[in-house]
Amino acid sequence: MRKVMTGNYASAWGARLSRAEVIAAYPITPQTSIVEKLADWVSTGEMKANFIPVESEHSAMAACIAAQAAGARTYTATSSHGLTLMHEVLMWASGARLPIVMTNVSRAMAPPWSVWVDHMDSVAQRDTGWMEFFCQSNQEVLDTIIMAYKVCESKGVMLPAMVIEDAFILSHTSEPVDLPDPAIVDDFLPSYAPELKLEVGKPMGFGSLVRPDQYMEFRYKAMLGMKDAHDRFLRVEQEFKQVFGREHGGLLERYRCDDAEFVLVAAGSVAATAKDAVDALRAKGFPVGLARIRSFRPFPHEEFKALGAKVAGLGVLDRSYTFGAAGAMYTEVKASVYSSSKRPVMKNYIAGLGGRDITPKILERIFEDLMLVTKRPEGNEVEWVEVAGLPRRWR
Amino acid sequence: MTKGYEELPITPVSDTPSTVNLTGNWRVIRPVVDKEKCKRCTICWKFCPDGAIILVDGVPEVDLKFCKGCGICAFECPAKCIVMVKEGLE
Repeated sequence: MRKVMTGNYASAWGARLSRAEVIAAYPITPQTSIVEKLADWVSTGEMKANFIPVESEHSAMAACIAAQAAGARTYTATSSHGLTLMHEVLMWASGARLPIVMTNVSRAMAPPWSVWVDHMDSVAQRDTGWMEFFCQSNQEVLDTIIMAYKVCESKGVMLPAMVIEDAFILSHTSEPVDLPDPAIVDDFLPSYAPELKLEVGKPMGFGSLVRPDQYMEFRYKAMLGMKDAHDRFLRVEQEFKQVFGREHGGLLERYRCDDAEFVLVAAGSVAATAKDAVDALRAKGFPVGLARIRSFRPFPHEEFKALGAKVAGLGVLDRSYTFGAAGAMYTEVKASVYSSSKRPVMKNYIAGLGGRDITPKILERIFEDLMLVTKRPEGNEVEWVEVAGLPRRWR
Repeated sequence: MTKGYEELPITPVSDTPSTVNLTGNWRVIRPVVDKEKCKRCTICWKFCPDGAIILVDGVPEVDLKFCKGCGICAFECPAKCIVMVKEGLE
């Protein structure tokens, strides 16, 4: 059944169709309508779940951790400062190997106060042991939540995942979304059955103290879980395609990259706009392509290594900035490409912070700049796009 | 003795309570109760962070298997009937 809905309602439907049993959440702009919708469904009985209103995002995640440890499938959603408030407990969720799925509506960090799209919040949680899946459409948001539960709960993985939708551009924009038949989703995603869980008749402590002689072994096991998530994600998406007839491009979606000499890397909704820019430039005969990071964790390291060997110039558009370094996605891509047989010239574009529009025109300018990068590699390696006061014009 | 990573569970779980950890050997000073001066107010029992005070007919006995020697009982005792004594010098 096709319905027109916002990215936030697609998230809510993703949790509902995945039959999340416990939802604990705290409202924050622009995530609010996700939990509002879920609370509504729980109150009318349309969704069978326990909804726990809490006093903070830290408590929301703590409640999800406890419920998941007791064997329930849990869901929460947050954004920006809510996500960063969760930071400590995010590490607890992954270390305790609890496959919680959460939507993060990616929004800028303050100050300056901002409610608009920016990836700083998500990128700042890179090292928490959560999978991070960036989406470019409302359909992808819904599908990724269902797939995420399947990936997270698989025996070899057992780690949590964050499904990321861009603030307002996806969260509050309506698009047609195909709602899969609940019975078919139930077949695709069986109920959660962990090997270890808290039980009243069988008292057990989770996350107990271990001494230095065992700590590394547990971290090693979590590392293996994240490593397994890479191939598991690909397999789950292929299975999803067989059942539901669509896919979204693996961990790294490559658009017109096969014969491209210059490829731009981006994540989130801007990647969809960049595809239009690629089409416009291709029509003029320019050999450009777009590589979209869907999975920031696990990072598509091998995919980038292969891509890096094939192209002359590789640009990375970051919608956040790591002070004292560069865009985080840029440094990651660069690290992957280092071991390519042939390395491209690389350039980082910092753009669209705090919700600033990245228009097709700006993206065409970025591609034009990228196509010159091999000719003048002495230019700025990290370039801020469209900053008032800088001499360079990008429109 | 050390288990390889494959033999370990996915996350550290424990089915034994933490009372198997006898924390009394952390102690360098021990509380000594003057039972004559004790007013049986049970404040020491309420304040002990380790539950190491056991009341026998309302009078505190210190469970030395668990008492870490923090001295909170002696500090809180309004009758000043608990004194902390260096281990081995009693």
